[in-house]
Amino acid sequence: MTTLTVNSKTYHVDADPEMPLLWVLRDIIGLTGTKFGCGVAQCGACTVHLNGEAVRSCVTRLKRAEGQQVVTIEGLSANNDHPLQLAWQANDVPQCGYCQSGQLMSAAVLLRENPNPTDQDIDDAMSGNICRCGTYVRIRKAIHDAAAMQKGVAVNG
Amino acid sequence: MVEQEISRRNFLKAGALLSGGLLISFTIPQVGGRLGKSIIPGIEGGFTPNAFLNIQPDNKITIILSHTEMGQGIWTTLPMLIAEELDADWKNITVEHAPAGKPWNHTTYGIQITGGSSTTWSEFDRYRKAGAAARILLTQAAANRWRVTPDKVKTANGLAILGDTKLSYGELATEAALLPEPKEIPLRAATDWKYVGKGKRRLDAPAKTNGSARFGMDMQLPGMLIAVVAHSPVFGGKVLSFNATRAKAVKGVKQVVQIPTGVAVLADNYWSANEGKKLLNIIWNEGEGANLNTASQMAAYKKLASTNGLPAQKQGDLTAGFAGAAKIIEAEYVFPYLAHAPMEPLNCTVKITGDSCEIWSGTQLPGVDRDNAARILGMKSENVTLNVPFLGGGFGRRATMASDFVSEAVQIAKASHQTVKMIWSREDDMKGGYYRPAYVHKLRIGTDADGMPVAWQHNIAGQSIMAGTPMAAGIKDGIDDSSVEGVKDSPYLKAVPAHYVGLHTTKEVVPVLWYRSVGNTHTGFVMETIIDELATNAGKDPLEYRRKLLKDSPRHLAALNLAAEKAGWGKKLPAGHYHGIAVHEAFKSYVAEVAEISLEGGKLKVHKVTCAIDLGLAVNPDGVRAQMESGIIFGLTMALYGELSIENGRLQQNNFYDYKIARMNEAPQIDVHIVDSKEEMGGAGEPCVPPLAPALCNAIFAATGKRIYDLPLMNHNFITA
Repeated sequence: MTTLTVNSKTYHVDADPEMPLLWVLRDIIGLTGTKFGCGVAQCGACTVHLNGEAVRSCVTRLKRAEGQQVVTIEGLSANNDHPLQLAWQANDVPQCGYCQSGQLMSAAVLLRENPNPTDQDIDDAMSGNICRCGTYVRIRKAIHDAAAMQKGVAVNG
Repeated sequence: MVEQEISRRNFLKAGALLSGGLLISFTIPQVGGRLGKSIIPGIEGGFTPNAFLNIQPDNKITIILSHTEMGQGIWTTLPMLIAEELDADWKNITVEHAPAGKPWNHTTYGIQITGGSSTTWSEFDRYRKAGAAARILLTQAAANRWRVTPDKVKTANGLAILGDTKLSYGELATEAALLPEPKEIPLRAATDWKYVGKGKRRLDAPAKTNGSARFGMDMQLPGMLIAVVAHSPVFGGKVLSFNATRAKAVKGVKQVVQIPTGVAVLADNYWSANEGKKLLNIIWNEGEGANLNTASQMAAYKKLASTNGLPAQKQGDLTAGFAGAAKIIEAEYVFPYLAHAPMEPLNCTVKITGDSCEIWSGTQLPGVDRDNAARILGMKSENVTLNVPFLGGGFGRRATMASDFVSEAVQIAKASHQTVKMIWSREDDMKGGYYRPAYVHKLRIGTDADGMPVAWQHNIAGQSIMAGTPMAAGIKDGIDDSSVEGVKDSPYLKAVPAHYVGLHTTKEVVPVLWYRSVGNTHTGFVMETIIDELATNAGKDPLEYRRKLLKDSPRHLAALNLAAEKAGWGKKLPAGHYHGIAVHEAFKSYVAEVAEISLEGGKLKVHKVTCAIDLGLAVNPDGVRAQMESGIIFGLTMALYGELSIENGRLQQNNFYDYKIARMNEAPQIDVHIVDSKEEMGGAGEPCVPPLAPALCNAIFAATGKRIYDLPLMNHNFITA
């Protein structure tokens, strides 16, 4: 039995400690917002926060999360109103939407660590997340908008 | 098969979506079933004037999509069309995909399909009429209440209004449901449009920012097992033997079953199933597929394309044309197989109960998939329900006439007697076939003293995506139009007095399929790079040269001129920056793109892409801009990295580390402009793809003097940034 906290809720999981966190979240706990894209830490669709850091849950073993704090897209905000979520909606960022949980979780760490990211900072932080629909231009703008929102600046979608 | 027979005629229609240019026949909304059993499964009560919407007494409006949302934005655009005529309160609208069913067949292609960049133009009348019919009945219901004639009743924002008196649509729903269907359904004039041409924000964005959007991958059913499949390493291979003992010993693994396409491992979670899959010790009969090698395949294609193939388009006397030419230019182009690689790996959930079956699949072909499932199960089609969750990308891959991944999941459920969610790994998805075919083009062009083309011999070798499928009925005189579209109908060729377009259709074990913009992925590249080369040969500016040849193609010109103007074509660029341009028509839309690049120290950087599209009316302009952005990145991936290769029948690529996708750091600034156009409506999802690669390669020529005749660019030793 492995104990971990996901979105402030404690879970006791009976699973192989070698099982990637992604499948614990999706198939055992039942939180499906975190997506499976590649299984080898190449696409970022499975990005979650482990003790506040963005990790690829498809290659993060359950044993590494034991006793730790995990936040998934379902826990990013209570009402879908994190500045990034609002900026994503205002800019119509998602297309198919499958990669966007991972994009948002990567962007959330960037914005927490760097409240005023440059385009280069965004490149550095977001190039691990693939979007096959090619929403990069809007992701970039939405991150800038969210940064402005955090600082209390009104943003036009 | 009772309800949705896949007739030859329907497949002809489906095949026609590849070639374009067919008659458009709109059907009126399916009115009926307003009393008694709902015609929309899962929706009971309220007012259902047709198969496309339902209004409940609490004012909730559910709009049913005949097409499937895979990113292209129709979750918002189709409701806009209904709301335009219904005067609906936008905030009361919720959207659902239609299940498989005849009422939602394509207005032009006759089967239920999302493809060919056709959703908006094909539904433009039907969805507006669906809304208008509802408003007529709601207005009548209000008039009856108020004992006035309907012309006295106004509607706005979900309300029927008479002076100061108002009734909500919900309050009128039950009465409206009892009224006879309207005889005539007039539509509003464009000058009265509130939504069309103006646009709304995406209705699916909130669910796609908090993890609540449900994709096929997210299906969860009581007692459901996760299934993975070990597939043959070679296309067409069959299982000779396997040993399930070690797989079954993995904690969580419940069952191992053989199916026609391999061996399935069922477990209570994906990871356990996948661990079990590694332990099956399968011996394969690889068959003839093991002989396939990309190098020898392409060598054979080059040889083929050196001779005239079956005629797809011809005009004038080639021999005389070449004899009179001042100069002859020859070129050979090579294109590899490509995988669609949608972000959501292919998957399908199947639950069989007695003599019925329910399926959840993110598919572009719900009706065909349901009928194929019914055939496998020996059931009637009406006993099979197919539900469509969100699609995590499609690009054509989720539309196979053989229903490959749906059929496989059904086979697993049938063999195991379990409710299963089958999940393909990224590697399964990559190696699973249904690729954009590999092609070779060989061109011989004669130009006159002014450098204008006077003779054009153009032969193409590659597989047909229609051959071997029910769509083969659409192949005429040996020509699968999807192999030659973009060349045979090129506006440039029309201006060439003597020309011949020939096709050699090859056969391989590799399954092939339509891929975002289909034949235009390669034909657009060839035409737009060779035209650039001809311009250089003529000593002319590439834009001016195109304008001269396109003088009778006003929509090409409109897009070309707008993109050139907005990009500042011919004006001074920052030091070390170069422009390349391309224009191409696909799916009835005309798109021009200008790429601005630099190549400092061999490092290729795409700084900016300026795009202009003439698609006629843009119903949701920002949605069109989003599709242009999307297609430009898709085209960039194809140009930089897109390549599958095969050795001894084995696909050499595995995952995103060796089949790379353009990332954030490679995304250029994108500037999209929509031509103000009153012309026939075209598509948006695909026409944005073809111009990117040629515009980019023409810019590389401007920078280096080097012409590119084969993609991807990573094989040309450019360092990408």
